[in-house]
Amino acid sequence: MRRVNRDEKMRVTLTLNGRKLSGDAEPRLLLSDFLRQVLGATGTHVGCEHGICGACTVLIDGIATRSCLTLAVQAEGREITTVESLAAPDGTLNPLQQAFRNNHALQCGFCTPGILMSFTDYLARHPHPTTAEIREVLSGHLCRCTGYAGIVAAVEEVAGGG
Amino acid sequence: MKPRPFDYVRPDTVEQAVALLADYGDEARILAGGQSLLPMLNLRLLDVGVLIDISRIAELDSIGEHAGGIEIGAAVTQNKLMAWPALAQKLPLAAAALPFVGHFQTRNKGTVCGSIAHADPSSELALTLAVLGGEVVLRSRRGTRVLAAGEFQEDMLTTARAPDELIVAVRFPLLAGQGVAFREVARRHGDFAIVAVAAVVEQDGTLRLGVGGMAGKPMVRRIEGDGASAVHEWAEALEGFEDLHASPALRRDLFRNLAPLVIEEAQKCAA
Repeated sequence: MRRVNRDEKMRVTLTLNGRKLSGDAEPRLLLSDFLRQVLGATGTHVGCEHGICGACTVLIDGIATRSCLTLAVQAEGREITTVESLAAPDGTLNPLQQAFRNNHALQCGFCTPGILMSFTDYLARHPHPTTAEIREVLSGHLCRCTGYAGIVAAVEEVAGGG
Repeated sequence: MKPRPFDYVRPDTVEQAVALLADYGDEARILAGGQSLLPMLNLRLLDVGVLIDISRIAELDSIGEHAGGIEIGAAVTQNKLMAWPALAQKLPLAAAALPFVGHFQTRNKGTVCGSIAHADPSSELALTLAVLGGEVVLRSRRGTRVLAAGEFQEDMLTTARAPDELIVAVRFPLLAGQGVAFREVARRHGDFAIVAVAAVVEQDGTLRLGVGGMAGKPMVRRIEGDGASAVHEWAEALEGFEDLHASPALRRDLFRNLAPLVIEEAQKCAA
């Protein structure tokens, strides 16, 4: 049994994009803030902080999850995958990212890290989704620039090519 | 926003979780998926002394048959139930309702029992459990208590759970050869329903209709005949509360228009 009092910090060790990392977290620290402020991984964005906008979506053990609705202490021992993992070390975009670029699926880019991580999980489980299924997954994200059509086209391009 | 400070405990077994609840009582909240609880904590709508995290208790993460029903443990996520191979065959109403529960991303973490525990008046899963006549299994140091869905949810965000009780599972009764249907109206897909309607047509043709979003909890009635006049009469009798999204009059209109579609669909599916 794990127990952490409100005024204590717990050493949280997790795997972030294949690297084992540790940091201290008080119980109320959100995983989104732990990633950005404690581990310095600022690719994950924070929007609404109540699970609506989807900007902070990351993979926890491969499953797309709101990092603002997860406590850092809950992520102990888990494998976290964020947008930083997608491109190759030399900056070459992965197929999903390249499809987003091809289809103008982003403008300001604030919501993009979360959307990329949602579809990374979804396409791994459902490699050939219908347009309706893509739209349903996308309904878990808010994008105020694109009007969504480009994002749907990007996912269709990468899914069709798979 | 960020939550106010709280203590965090992660028990490894149900026994430990129940012992913690006995110690902390009212001060404690159970954290399973957190998809309703964390927003409330982040927005500081809720204060807790201690969070008891049951999400890693392996014995709660199971779906199994139990005395003519399907028992779903408190750590089972909504997407785990959606991916359960027997779902469409054994729990067709839950299969119809689950795609309306939040989003793909929140269903990955949100639990079936958590939705029912949270007791939102528009909750699709609470409505499904109520229409099917399901049960909630509560455990405390004092023993195990099984409540019918209608007894468990008392009003908006209010249940009959005692402060020292842990919801360990919910039980959905099995349906044999009946017709079911589920529909809802929401501002956006994945939002809480303004009005949700579920119907079950039994083998002898009798119809059970349930509605969410029209009162503090899901309401269920047995309906005779084609249901048209009964639906109109019932719509008038329901409270149909007012919030940001709809007036009582709009809710009644939505219910009157949605119910016949759901009834027809369930009857077709039964035939």
